[in-house]
Amino acid sequence: MLIAVLSGFVLAAFAPWIHRLSPRASAWLLALLPLGLTGYFLGQAGAVAGGEPVRTFLPWVPSLGVNLSFSLDGLSLLFSLLITGVGALVVVYAGGYLEGNPQAGRFHAYILAFMASMLGVVLADNLLLLFVFWELTSVTSYLLIGFDHDRDKARKAALQALLVTGGGGLALLAGFLLMGDIGGSMEISGLSHRGEALRASPLYVPALLLVLLGAFTKSAQFPFHFWLPNAMEAPTPASAYLHAATMVKAGIYLLARLNPVLGDDPAWHVPVTVVGAATMLAGAWLALQQTYLKRLLAYSTVSALGALTMMLGIGTGPAITAAIVFLPAHALYKGSLFLVAGAVDHAAGERDVARLSGLARKMPVTAVAAVTAAASMAGLPPLTGFLAKENLLGAVSAAPAFRIAATVAVLLAGAAYVAIAYVVGVRPFAGAPRPTRIEPHEAPAALWIGPALLGILGLFGGILPGPFVPVLSAAVSAVLGWDYEVYLALWHGFDPMLILSAAAVAGGVGLCAARGRLLSLRARWGHLGALGPSSWYDAGMKQLTYLARTQTRLLQSGYLRTYLLTIVVATLAAAGFALLRGGGVPFAAPLSGARFYELCLAGLVLVAAGATVRSRSRLAAVASLGVVGYGIALIFILRGAPDLAMTQFIIETVTVVLFVLALHHLPPYSRISSRGSRARDAFVALLAGCLMAGFVLATTAGKRLPSISGYFAETSVPLAHGRNVVNVILVDFRGLDTLGEITVLAVAGIGAYALLKLRPGKGKTP
Amino acid sequence: METVLAVVVGGLYAAGIYLMLRRSLVKLLFGLALMSHAANLLIFTAAGFHGEAPPLVPEGSRALLPPYADPLPQALILTAIVISFAVLAFGLALFRRAYSEVGTDDLDQMKATDT
Repeated sequence: MLIAVLSGFVLAAFAPWIHRLSPRASAWLLALLPLGLTGYFLGQAGAVAGGEPVRTFLPWVPSLGVNLSFSLDGLSLLFSLLITGVGALVVVYAGGYLEGNPQAGRFHAYILAFMASMLGVVLADNLLLLFVFWELTSVTSYLLIGFDHDRDKARKAALQALLVTGGGGLALLAGFLLMGDIGGSMEISGLSHRGEALRASPLYVPALLLVLLGAFTKSAQFPFHFWLPNAMEAPTPASAYLHAATMVKAGIYLLARLNPVLGDDPAWHVPVTVVGAATMLAGAWLALQQTYLKRLLAYSTVSALGALTMMLGIGTGPAITAAIVFLPAHALYKGSLFLVAGAVDHAAGERDVARLSGLARKMPVTAVAAVTAAASMAGLPPLTGFLAKENLLGAVSAAPAFRIAATVAVLLAGAAYVAIAYVVGVRPFAGAPRPTRIEPHEAPAALWIGPALLGILGLFGGILPGPFVPVLSAAVSAVLGWDYEVYLALWHGFDPMLILSAAAVAGGVGLCAARGRLLSLRARWGHLGALGPSSWYDAGMKQLTYLARTQTRLLQSGYLRTYLLTIVVATLAAAGFALLRGGGVPFAAPLSGARFYELCLAGLVLVAAGATVRSRSRLAAVASLGVVGYGIALIFILRGAPDLAMTQFIIETVTVVLFVLALHHLPPYSRISSRGSRARDAFVALLAGCLMAGFVLATTAGKRLPSISGYFAETSVPLAHGRNVVNVILVDFRGLDTLGEITVLAVAGIGAYALLKLRPGKGKTP
Repeated sequence: METVLAVVVGGLYAAGIYLMLRRSLVKLLFGLALMSHAANLLIFTAAGFHGEAPPLVPEGSRALLPPYADPLPQALILTAIVISFAVLAFGLALFRRAYSEVGTDDLDQMKATDT
């Protein structure tokens, strides 16, 4: 199973290369992997439907509780089949859609990487592993939305999707960590038995809210829905795959997966149901107002995701069944409709529904696929969409609370779906042909094979749901946490569901008729949309850049001395605090062990330093600086460091000469600071001086750690054959340090030479 | 002796920091020079004084005879002296070039990257 997940990443790395080798056949070749994976998962169906999850476990970072643990149960199997099955069709479709595009190889790489990430999400048993894959889907989605990166809109939409889903992902991570902390395990299989304990914890509500935030942003729930329609900037195959069939369902998957752990509590039922219902209605309402094919489909996807969320919120057996049945049904018809929209765009060069008509004659195969998918979306028998809608209505009419409100909401959404299905799937193909930008022609096989197969599957699943029932039952049982038997049939007899279903269709027909008026309403009230959540996002981004600019202006003044002052004062505060807390500065007898001439020397150095500071002439300052250096060299001599003294003498002499030479070319010594700032700096500098003096005292008086000097003293002669221990340390024991030192010297020399001698632009014509 | 040198170290630091906080570029370099002196002396003093004999192994002996001056801080300081000289020389060259290009030694006027 590990191979099944990771093979997608490996193939993704080679995809551009394969594409370059054979641009025509590459899509068909690459599609073999998802196809093979579909076969693999189908092969596991028997075992999984028998109630036995397939597991693998490989420690990754065991100390942090991160393991490569994967588990394939009914729910994971359902999603895996969707991901790999739709994936195979989308890869083939993309080959046709992007034919001739020089970047097609890159697209294949992204799509395959996404597929692998998504498989990881639905198969991971470890929360942190799930999070890693979850973020990978966000990243690949970002890359796919921004695929046409030379378009400003695509880049903006990609960033928006990344920020919204990535931000939700961070909340999710926090939620996962809380869950792991409460439950004492990072494995979902381990946590699912501890649901009771988790719900009893005081941290349950914060963890739940964080997880919900992650799921809602990913699955475009209100008020985070706005990124999904904008994500339609992605190439159509990516929209069909990520933003209809798979990625946006990751949030749904997560809710379903964690239902046994976090569900069964009012804190779960209420927000999930309410947000789901609100998203369902808002999405349907917004979809009706769109005229562009892909945006229309995007809003209807938002609505469908809302319906799924609502079902998971209700959480009863029939509601979960409805969600699990609706999920593949929606993936089939919505994926198909997206692919049709892409094919229409490809063949006729139009995306606006109002300009498309009578395409059926020119594109018969696409038209049949579109009508089939639309019928499924409208919930007409005998398609899977009908089964799904029956189940949805059945679930809400048996809901434990707010039965009537929930039923009305689903009925309204159902009616809207009928209208949307008509606009998307029937209108462009029916009626008299209209002139379009390109003379319409039937799409190549790669472009209709996907929608056609999805349509056939939708039809087959509706007429003969039998073969799918074991997998669906296993999925529902996995969500509920106990065994549940799904029952599906096209014909139940004349029961209330059928009447409700018919009512939804009738309402849809009415909506279709009224759509013209609705669009004119939108023209009048459209500006109110500017108050929606999308504008909150824009305002948030504006505030963020404003904050960044303000704090930069505040902290990054550009004045060197402000930075220095900040550093010094911060060091003073932190180090001074530590020093005082460590017991203050021990004052040894002030002059113990000091000889008279040493005192004189110390006084000389101090006076010379003061003269350097006070001097108004550069030459005098350089001279006093030299005195400081010589004074220190004398101290070195007196205290047993002749090597140091010699070096210091030489360096000091060279420094003074250098300064004097350079001063010739430098401006006169100026005093430009104000009196106040001089006093302030003097005060800070004096404090810093006191602190450093205190440090020296504290170090010399404090307890000493054993020194390694003894080692050098003993081994200098036997090991390195040198009698001057300092030299031996420099050139032998720590020879590499000295090499570094020489390198610094060389670099500084080259740099100084370049600064003084090289003049860019000289000898060149500007 | 440590106390005396501690005062010297503090004084050098104070003078160095004060000069580095000036607006004039030359003073910044002078401050840098004083600071490196201060740091060298800090390392020297912090190691403590145990003996005044230079760390040279006498003829006929195989190891240093205590009391000897600690060789380790001396090795460190030797490196530090050379490197601080390199930095100072580079800084001086940088300053000269900057002055000839920008025409000022006032750090407050060197805020932007564009000349």
